[in-house]
Amino acid sequence: MDLFKKSGTELSCMLRSKECSAREIVSSIYTRIDSVEEKLGSYVSLTRDMADKKADIVDKKIAKGEIISPLAGIPVGVKDNILVKDVKNTCSSKMLENFVAPYNSTVVEKMLDQDCLIIGKLNMDEFAMGSSTETSYFKNTKNPHNLDCVPGGSSGGSAASVAGYETTVSLGSDTGGSVRQPASYCGIVGLKPTYSSVSRYGLVSFASSLDQIGPMGRTVKDVHLLYSTISGYDKKDRTTVDISNIPKEISELKNLSGIKVGIPSEYYLTDKNTDVIKSVENFIKFLEKSGAEIKTVSLPNTKYSIPVYYILSSAEASSNLARFDGVKYGYRASDYTNFQDMYKKTRTEGFGEEVKTRIMLGTYVLSSGYYDEYYNRAQSMKKMMKQDFDKVFEECDIIVTPTTTTTAFNLGEKINAHMDMYTSDISTASANITGIPAISIPCGRDLKGLPIGVQIMGKHFSEKLLFDVSNFYEKSIDGFDLEIKI
Amino acid sequence: MIENYDIVIGLEIHAELSTKTKIYCGCRNEFGLEVNTVCCPICLGMPGALPSLNKTVVDYAIKMGYALNCSINSVSKQDRKNYYYPDLPKAYQITQDEVPLCYDGYVDISVGGIQKRIGVTRIHIEEDAGKLIHDESFSGTLVDFNRCGVPLIEIVSEPDMRSSKEAKSYLETIKIILSYMGISDCKMQEGSLRCDVNVSVMKKGSTEYGTRCEMKNISTFSGAVKGIEYEARRQVDILESGGTIIQQTRRWDDDKGQNFLLREKKNADDYRYFREPDIGKIVITEKKLLDIKDSIPELPNKKVLRYIKDFKLSEKDATLIVESLDRSFLFESVLNIGDVNPKLISNWILGDILGYLNEKSILLDQTKITPRKLFDLINAIESNIISSSSGKIILIDIFETDKTVDEIILERSLKQNSDIDDLKNVVVNILKVNEKSVIDYNNGKTNALGFVIGQCMKETKGKGNPAVLKELVLKLIKKD
Repeated sequence: MDLFKKSGTELSCMLRSKECSAREIVSSIYTRIDSVEEKLGSYVSLTRDMADKKADIVDKKIAKGEIISPLAGIPVGVKDNILVKDVKNTCSSKMLENFVAPYNSTVVEKMLDQDCLIIGKLNMDEFAMGSSTETSYFKNTKNPHNLDCVPGGSSGGSAASVAGYETTVSLGSDTGGSVRQPASYCGIVGLKPTYSSVSRYGLVSFASSLDQIGPMGRTVKDVHLLYSTISGYDKKDRTTVDISNIPKEISELKNLSGIKVGIPSEYYLTDKNTDVIKSVENFIKFLEKSGAEIKTVSLPNTKYSIPVYYILSSAEASSNLARFDGVKYGYRASDYTNFQDMYKKTRTEGFGEEVKTRIMLGTYVLSSGYYDEYYNRAQSMKKMMKQDFDKVFEECDIIVTPTTTTTAFNLGEKINAHMDMYTSDISTASANITGIPAISIPCGRDLKGLPIGVQIMGKHFSEKLLFDVSNFYEKSIDGFDLEIKI
Repeated sequence: MIENYDIVIGLEIHAELSTKTKIYCGCRNEFGLEVNTVCCPICLGMPGALPSLNKTVVDYAIKMGYALNCSINSVSKQDRKNYYYPDLPKAYQITQDEVPLCYDGYVDISVGGIQKRIGVTRIHIEEDAGKLIHDESFSGTLVDFNRCGVPLIEIVSEPDMRSSKEAKSYLETIKIILSYMGISDCKMQEGSLRCDVNVSVMKKGSTEYGTRCEMKNISTFSGAVKGIEYEARRQVDILESGGTIIQQTRRWDDDKGQNFLLREKKNADDYRYFREPDIGKIVITEKKLLDIKDSIPELPNKKVLRYIKDFKLSEKDATLIVESLDRSFLFESVLNIGDVNPKLISNWILGDILGYLNEKSILLDQTKITPRKLFDLINAIESNIISSSSGKIILIDIFETDKTVDEIILERSLKQNSDIDDLKNVVVNILKVNEKSVIDYNNGKTNALGFVIGQCMKETKGKGNPAVLKELVLKLIKKD
């Protein structure tokens, strides 16, 4: 019985009907990890003891006839920038290579309360800066659909581990597309929730005003389940809001009539004949056929999303990453003459090139003399982009775009092509800038067999609608095409 | 030389607020605990930790704002001030840059009986940093993070002061108001009140301010006075010798009585302020503002005027009582118990009570005195139950024991004898034995009277009521 292949909802049913035990789930997952991890490189560290202990608790509860939560006994992988107490939290950086988390992040606390099985910590771009997981200090992660390709990033480990059946679901973090883009590249489902709906307490900050933790899985229902568990107000993150009154349960739609779908012309500027565009257009046709009303809309300020995103995220990052100075924790240079020198050497040696580039960019745009020209201007552009979306959402319920303009590229292909790498966030960054929720689901493959993702964006706190539509599609096509060759 | 110049002074006062917990986490806000014992992931700047603003800090700052006649921004925000220093774990301080909680206020000070109004530019909230420890037993530098996240308000004045005396009076006034508001313990020796001083000089009669220098690290009022005078003289010396003042930040060294160059403005740090994204807008409702306004006690300067008017105290006495919240609380509490002459309470507080406290170097609340005890003491003297000299003896017991005044009088057998028949016998006997004094008195040597009364006191072992005795002696000594 290949338990590792099952979805979370399937495993949950099997546990309840005693078709399998949580211990069996754990051992199936680790057996799978043993056989493919060398090829995929999804994990930075594994937490088998923790998972075993939790599995025993779940099995005892079941044996005693206690009611278990929907996520109890379900394997989950955690991106290595989300703190799990007493487990190393590296952010895939030399800077935090030996940093052991002194506390649990709120999302992990919530998952442990539900008796989730935490399988390990997942590889990522260093401090979540990157789109291919190639800036990880430790290793590259491979795309399970083609081992020569990147899994995307920055949550590359989170996507590859789910697509490669090394976990059932996972958590990533999304600042400019870091959940959706790898989900798209790896052919799975990934949600970037509404800003302020999931607590960031215990997520190592990259850009505080854009960061959101997002759930990833092979089915919409699994992602929904994880989202329901981790979302909600947290007194430790005062940017979160109470969403307990917003309905979250998935409704099984019979058709899509009454749903207005906006297709922003600005997102389809690239060559119309690509496999990606064709697949997304097929998806739109499907929506139309199912009763949805399709409208062409305009988001004119979309063209600024990349500069706005890089200015704001780098500015915040330059401040958020300043604490890694060698004084309190993390890497410290071994040889220095005074504390200024210690800072300089520690940060020079402890950070990789991409991180240093962004810290410098962020420091520059916040410097006096440049502040108004860059940071303030980006803030005003952010407002204009919000207005664009507000206007479109007056006449539409959801907006559909490709998640990415291309499918997964080859390892090493873009590592030195910064602008190429940066512009791969073009479709995703607007959701972070405006704070709206966005989901990426698989909608086909290109000629090379690499997965294509479609992105559905909605109004603030409209996650339920995104899940409903995605779930309707998933059911209509009899489940996503999850086939991989390893 | 310096007489030809006006000194222009502005102050930035940092006051630690006496909230129960720190500004962004639940750690206790307490001084003097073992190093690094009140720290958590938040105040240590651990990866992933986020600040949660302590609302009491906002309330306290607004309270001070009202006390200093400020306008309040009902919507404000917090900003990050970015700089590297080992005592600053996040490498940024959360403070308020563009929009402070309170702005545009003033406070009236008094120097040599003359009132002056000093403008208050702004009051904002921010977090304190840790402390570096240079330990002899260790070759490097250690950091104590206990103070990280202790809430501060920064009170920035207009450059309205013209002498070190005015600056000192301003500091004292702010300190008294802070303690009246109950928002800071103002313990300078613990660093809960610190200030930076901005000084410039200009030729008398000029209206154009000179280039200013900022002096940091001042932690005593006398340091502020000395520092200002030193800096003004330094600047005048430069100008008089034909030089120009360069905008600088200087560090005051209280031990050496000198200041030293820290940095020049052209090398000024660029703090790259930007809005703190981890904390939402600070929004204060109309009702909250009214509640805070209502919670403000009578301000010390108003209280002095009331004491002079209602209780007929001298300005000096009234000021001395009001300057300490403990003293004025004791004063008013005794008055509230019953009918007693306010002047007598004032005399006791500023005389023997203050004398005792100064001698022991303790504060009023470290003794066992209560308003009830002081009331009973004054009452016992006024109603001739004890002599005023016995009163002074009793005071020690009042401070140091839990006994009531009645118990102390009884225990020490200090009750005065005012029984006329009893005392008449004593006087008759004393006059008999001291015939010579009687003759002397009747021959006009009035000082014989004192001797006779003294003998009577001795006979009653000090318990005879001197007033009654005097009356009796006067009546019986005369030979017709």
